[in-house]
Amino acid sequence: MSNDIRIKKGLDIKLKGEAEKTLEKAVLSNFYTLRPQDFHGVTPKLISKVGAKVKAGTPVFFDKSNESVKFVSPVSGEIVEIARGEKRKILSINIQADKEQTYQDNGVFNIDAAKPNEVKSHLLASGCWPFVKQRPYDVIANPDKSPKAIFISGYASAPLAADLDFTLKGKEAELQAAVTALGKLTEGKVHVSVGASSASPLAGLSGITLHKVSGPHPSGNVGTLINRVDPVNKGEVVWTVAAQDLVIIGELLLTGKFNAERIVALAGSQIEKPRYFITKIGAEVSTMISDKGASKRIHDRIISGNVLSGKEIKLDGNLDYYSNVITVIPEGDDYEFFGWTKPVFNKISTSRALTFSWLTPNKKYDLNTNTNGEHRAFVVTGGYEEVFPLDIYPLQILKACMYQDLDEMESLGMYEVAPEDFALTEFVCVSKQPHQAIIRKGLDVMLKEIG
Amino acid sequence: MNLKTRLHILKRKLRGSKMAPAFGALHTFLFLPDETTHNGTHIKVADDLKRTMNTVILAMIPCLIFGMFNAGYQHNLAVGDIQAVTSGFFSAEFWTLDNFFIGFWKIIPLVIVSYGVGLGIEFLFAIIKKHEVEEGYLVTGMLVPLIVPVDIPLWMLAVAVIFGVVIGKEVFGGTGMNILNPALTIRAFLFFAYPTWMSGDKVWVEGAVERTREIAAGANLDAISGETILGSLAQGKEVAFSTWDMFLGFIPGSVGETSALLILLGGLFLIFTKIGSWRIMLSSAVGAIVMGLIFNQIVDAGVITESSKFYGLMSTPFWEHLIIGGFAFGTVFMATDPVTASQTNKGKWIYGFLVGFISILIRVFNPAYPEGVMLAILLMNVFAPTIDHYVVQGNVKKRMKRLKVKTA
Repeated sequence: MSNDIRIKKGLDIKLKGEAEKTLEKAVLSNFYTLRPQDFHGVTPKLISKVGAKVKAGTPVFFDKSNESVKFVSPVSGEIVEIARGEKRKILSINIQADKEQTYQDNGVFNIDAAKPNEVKSHLLASGCWPFVKQRPYDVIANPDKSPKAIFISGYASAPLAADLDFTLKGKEAELQAAVTALGKLTEGKVHVSVGASSASPLAGLSGITLHKVSGPHPSGNVGTLINRVDPVNKGEVVWTVAAQDLVIIGELLLTGKFNAERIVALAGSQIEKPRYFITKIGAEVSTMISDKGASKRIHDRIISGNVLSGKEIKLDGNLDYYSNVITVIPEGDDYEFFGWTKPVFNKISTSRALTFSWLTPNKKYDLNTNTNGEHRAFVVTGGYEEVFPLDIYPLQILKACMYQDLDEMESLGMYEVAPEDFALTEFVCVSKQPHQAIIRKGLDVMLKEIG
Repeated sequence: MNLKTRLHILKRKLRGSKMAPAFGALHTFLFLPDETTHNGTHIKVADDLKRTMNTVILAMIPCLIFGMFNAGYQHNLAVGDIQAVTSGFFSAEFWTLDNFFIGFWKIIPLVIVSYGVGLGIEFLFAIIKKHEVEEGYLVTGMLVPLIVPVDIPLWMLAVAVIFGVVIGKEVFGGTGMNILNPALTIRAFLFFAYPTWMSGDKVWVEGAVERTREIAAGANLDAISGETILGSLAQGKEVAFSTWDMFLGFIPGSVGETSALLILLGGLFLIFTKIGSWRIMLSSAVGAIVMGLIFNQIVDAGVITESSKFYGLMSTPFWEHLIIGGFAFGTVFMATDPVTASQTNKGKWIYGFLVGFISILIRVFNPAYPEGVMLAILLMNVFAPTIDHYVVQGNVKKRMKRLKVKTA
């Protein structure tokens, strides 16, 4: 069964440096990093100490507020450093990888015979649970609650995103195993979206409800899919899993090994040869982007993730837990003479206020990180709605988050959204307001007050 | 060392000091700042508030220039130096340097006072409250000289600007927080504080007030007067101008409001650039037409006869309301102010319609001052949040209903 979802509101941001569909193995990284910040809302409680030897798949820490959720090492090796910040907050756990990788054996899992509870405890114990996220609040799923449905987006519409059709190719067995297992955890359906004209390996899976999506970004966001198919009401929970993480879950179920291998796209205008790499979660990005030499990267912005929602990292930074793309674009820390008034041809704009990107809808742009103006109060209206396909009033919900009116946030649809749903409104914001941060803060307040 | 580097060093030196906002305002006027993104989206659209405001100003420039020519033209016409235009928009009698300079020397001081006083207050508040100088006044400052009579004394304008910016905007927290359109607050202040300078048949033509004074002092001169179209209609007088004159703008009125043609072009420009809301402009015109039609029907039905004091304006053909008085200017440039208008798309339809509807209503029934658009917009500014509230409640109810269906 397949359903068509057509998105009209949105914006495709076309950037230079799309990854070419060639795959190569990244240079092996010596050090791997786990960053607790990647797991929003998790307070890490360490299991291992500095100097401890771990296998790939050995738990390193767990969530203090939900002890069954374990976080495992992506590689085998030795924990060499635990970096701490203010109030001894754990910033990162660095693991020096062994030359020969060994894996913790979780045993082959009999998916067909397994009961839901067994699936759950297996995923929790093996370290696959953090891949399962939930809405409301966009945090790691609470294993005590049962979701009304599970959503998986197999269509990447974000700028310079990794093409999931390409990265998932040949992984049908793993995907099927993961989907079958996850399907046991919900009484509802497993909704999977693929591009309307794609040959996604996800399309052939059984036990799913397939949706074919088309239209501009954010048609590939899982939030858009949820909103169109089965929006979250108060008291309900849905789970989401990123398509590339299904592969890791599937492999664990089939072989018993936690294999953190992931195909990531290296993209962006500052990359000479944008292409795909096979690497592992937490790997040093320098293993992939060192082609130009470190000194030339001073004026580059390296992003673990896409340009809309990714995290800024340094050259010695690491791939974060959830991203399957590394984007490198130029920094924009320079002044531009009369930049606010002169006609603009080399930047994207949704207006036509002496901005001419509407003349060249297919042109690929080389955008930098300049904010193109200063932060202001909300003034202009109507612009967000053009790029926001959810049935929610974006400006009103943002304002409700800013003055933290919980009732209003709830009634305007806060249970349905994640920060990434507001990436495009943030991109087009004339007042340069940090929409995603506002929503994140709002969700945190709700999580704390309502739970 | 070039200008860019020098200013950058100066900016670092001033960081955190009291003068930083004032310097920043001037600096960012010259250069797009070197700020970069950090969290959230790493790239941003090209537009900022300065560009948005600048686009609105661009749309008003033709009205300003036309206003200068028209001020001189109305003066020369009234004193009898020239003949009325005969050959359309590009009539040679209108576009003369003589006309232009009479207007130029009257209107440029208005612009200077408006911007000087208004921006002065903005800077002052920015320094006191330690925030950036926001761009809202760039548009307000241009609107103000366009919506006042040409002969308004400069000190009155200055007082009104102070009132409008402080009470209309800053007390609410500055740009983006105000409830009433600041330019209209300024005009409303002038209207209620100095009504003799804002209405009647003397203020619309340059020199008319002065001439009246000279005659009163015993000078042997012909009195000059210039009644606006609305004024004539309200008093049941014969209108001295053709419909074509009204559309093109060769009529007395506030500085920039007379040329419906140029306002229309400005409006189309704003719609094309996606800066102005076409929903508000269109629905406001529809609202005015509906109200005009209702009045026309009442006249046709014989309910109101020629003896009534409302007859003149009620019998005005509905479409003519769109091109006389300040309606077109208000609809295009002031009702569309995103801060004070409705913020939801559905709300904009309702808000715009009511602006148009009430404008014509006030216009017809307010004999003392036959212009309704200012009061209509201010009134709807007050109601815009209420309209939005009900529009948003529609969305909320849908969500509640979904929940009920689920739990039932």
